[in-house]
Amino acid sequence: MPKFGKKSNTSQDIPTAALPDIIFMLLFFFMVTTVLRETDIMVKQKLPKAAQLTKLERKSLVSYIYIGEPKQSSLFGKEPKIQVNDVFVEVDEIIQFVNQEKDKLNEAERDQITMSMKVDVDSKMGIVSDVQQELREANARKILYSSIQTSDNI
Amino acid sequence: MARKNRPTAEIPNGSMADIAFLLLIFFLVTTTIANDKGIAMLLPPKPDPNQPPPEVTKNDRNIFKILANSQDRLLVEDEPLEDVNALREMVKTFILNFGNPGEEGVEIYNSLPGSMKSFVSSFGRRSDYSDDPTEAVVSFKADRGTSYDLYVQVLDQVNAAYNDVYGERVGLSANEFLQLDRDDPVQERKYFAARDGIPRAISIAEPNKIAN
Repeated sequence: MPKFGKKSNTSQDIPTAALPDIIFMLLFFFMVTTVLRETDIMVKQKLPKAAQLTKLERKSLVSYIYIGEPKQSSLFGKEPKIQVNDVFVEVDEIIQFVNQEKDKLNEAERDQITMSMKVDVDSKMGIVSDVQQELREANARKILYSSIQTSDNI
Repeated sequence: MARKNRPTAEIPNGSMADIAFLLLIFFLVTTTIANDKGIAMLLPPKPDPNQPPPEVTKNDRNIFKILANSQDRLLVEDEPLEDVNALREMVKTFILNFGNPGEEGVEIYNSLPGSMKSFVSSFGRRSDYSDDPTEAVVSFKADRGTSYDLYVQVLDQVNAAYNDVYGERVGLSANEFLQLDRDDPVQERKYFAARDGIPRAISIAEPNKIAN
């Protein structure tokens, strides 16, 4: 019959020497996969959900347009507004913005500029189509309706 | 010479894990994972002011009309539709109708896999749907008061129908087709084989000037 309380000779410590390495690995993973936010978004951003999404291929060719109700509704009102970079713009200033963004690119790539439209779900089509008309004027025809992937209806 | 009792020259590394943890938590909190995914669209070129707007020469049956009003109600092919998710099958049947195929249409029909041919013969050949996929156009007109949510859902459904068709031609599902990597020559060939001859013809009409 085995005796209880028999002391074993194995040590009970978990080796922690590799712990910093493991943590560093996690740290590097997060540093590589995440992007620091460049602009301060001043409009509500609840993106629509959709299933048939395509990925953006080259991030350098992408410019963002944010549309939605301002977060500070006491200051800016409740009507959806358009934000580019760090400022609110009116519809007729979009062409200027597109041209500025195009100037940042190489001459050969200017036609391939993609506008990523980050539009809040509570917005109406009126403002979105106004922006689209301006984008047609500015000859920035590739657009992407930014949305969140749903798992259903595959 | 007497041996001096020197202190050890090691840096204490017991707190290394804690420091790394702090950094890790900092990055976790301050960063957002970029979600740059969405429904891609190509806008039509801007109209030339010197030219009159082009006349619609397509047959009415070749245009699949979707209208959305400001109450978010849909009118599809002149009939009201309640469920947005039904659009996918309707558009797919519309594209693969082969009601009166032209020369290119016959060629495309012959290149289809057997499962799609039987799909055509069981659902297709309606006189009010498209002649063949090269002619088919899906037209979507939204009102200024339509919610953006519905707009995206409709576009999603129409794109899903096209991706279904493209995918099925090369034996993939719609999602597998979307994930084809065009930098890989094998997958690129598959992508172009799927797209060949069937244009993704989605027309977004300019909305009415006045919300109604």
